[in-house]
Amino acid sequence: MIKDEDLDILVAVLFEKYGYDFGNYAKASLKRRVNRLMVIDRLPSFAELLYRIKSDASYTNHVVQELTVNVTEMFRDPQLFKTIRDEILPGLATHPFIRIWHAGCSTGEEVYSMAIMLEEANLLHKSLLYATDLNPTVIENIKRGIFPLSQMKQYSENYIAAGGKKDFSDYYTAKYEWAKFHDRFKEKMVVATHNLVSDRSFNEFQIILCRNVLIYFDKILQDKVLTLFDNSLEKLGFLILGSKENLRFSSIASQYTQLAHKEKIWRKMK
Amino acid sequence: MEKDEISPGAVVVIGGSAGSLEVILQIANRLPLLPTVVIIIVIHRKIDNDSILEDLIAHRSQYPVKEVEDKDPIIPGNIYIAPPDYHLLIENKECFSLDTAEKVHFCRPSIDVTFESVAETFTNRVIGILLSGANFDGTEGLARIKELGGYTLVQTPQSAEIDIMPRQAINRNIVDKIVDPEEITAAIVQFVNGLP
Ligand SMILES: C[S@@+](CC[C@H](N)C(=O)[O-])C[C@H]1O[C@@H](n2cnc3c(N)ncnc32)[C@H](O)[C@@H]1O
Repeated sequence: MIKDEDLDILVAVLFEKYGYDFGNYAKASLKRRVNRLMVIDRLPSFAELLYRIKSDASYTNHVVQELTVNVTEMFRDPQLFKTIRDEILPGLATHPFIRIWHAGCSTGEEVYSMAIMLEEANLLHKSLLYATDLNPTVIENIKRGIFPLSQMKQYSENYIAAGGKKDFSDYYTAKYEWAKFHDRFKEKMVVATHNLVSDRSFNEFQIILCRNVLIYFDKILQDKVLTLFDNSLEKLGFLILGSKENLRFSSIASQYTQLAHKEKIWRKMK
Repeated sequence: MEKDEISPGAVVVIGGSAGSLEVILQIANRLPLLPTVVIIIVIHRKIDNDSILEDLIAHRSQYPVKEVEDKDPIIPGNIYIAPPDYHLLIENKECFSLDTAEKVHFCRPSIDVTFESVAETFTNRVIGILLSGANFDGTEGLARIKELGGYTLVQTPQSAEIDIMPRQAINRNIVDKIVDPEEITAAIVQFVNGLP
């Protein structure tokens, strides 16, 4: 495992040269990512890694992509999506306009899941889904709307478990190994890079989802990012976190009440 | 000084896969209360039976049992369980962290990942225990525990419902002790009492 001192050096270089600030990321996970990067790129030593980063600017995108974890799914935690479908979306019907922010959305599976539910609730026409991630490579995929066909069986099961009643395969066209989701979904998406560490609030939303991103941050950064969300959420809006993340110990906790006990959904009360 | 009081005296980390549940329940049932010890359990399971495991163990044990949430504090005298679909890491001596990174040996949580992370942080104060299972997860982590001065123990292959996992570790030559399930708690107590 790489040494703490080396990790500090790497973090400093990425910040000074390229402006990416991993200073408040959770160390245990970040160290594993650096080790993994060195293995997949066959770098014999930490010095070699550092040299590559310093001498080759184009390598940095790859480093940032590999240091972050991009694993995601459609309708991941189906029960959560069912709760959104049954308990949140009906209340949004009276809004003239619906804005939803998917922060740290990776390749966009969660965004497409939400778009499908909005369409089924007859709300998609007046919605905009803001899909952001720090990683420019992953969000390119959202604009394409193409996902591996091999995953569709699992996603279709998730969709049904999340209360979906249609034939999931109606939402995409299969071609070779790929499933291309219909363009009407991506027309409702605004896709952009946004770094939760350094970028600001850019709009006000009825729902913010940020799932399995905060686990990669230390508590200080978690609190800072939660405050950013608080500033970006309208009163009575919903903040949705990952299944093992919690608002409980943050400084914004007192303004929020948790919706259904088991789900990680909080409503902003003031 | 306060720091010393809250950081654990020893860490017992247990990894099991197919066929290990009975053994884990037996350990939970028999282990006497060791107030300075932290117990961490990583077991491969289906996502569906979510909180059942926590209840099963809590029912039989004198210890409070908690499925870990991100950045939960590590408090001696507790049993912690890795949540389904996350790797469980030790962030530092005071708290856990979670990770949804790629599966290891087709597993998330992976026993290797937690064993390694526990070893890095708690070094010689760790006893790693590997139980029944049908895959290769755990051996690498157990080797790391050994390498950093911890103690390693596996269930006897004969007693294991599926012996692939313990056998793999034994073949690596990194196991300090091989015992039947009934003797595991005694070995834990002995390890803890033997620490300086
Ligand atoms: C595990 S994925 C979560 C995907 C999705 N939300 C889910 O739960 O399925 C974590 C994502 O967070 C992104 N991320 C990490 N640090 C970030 C930051 N500082 N700002 C924005 N996104 C970040 C990563 O690029 C990655 O795509």
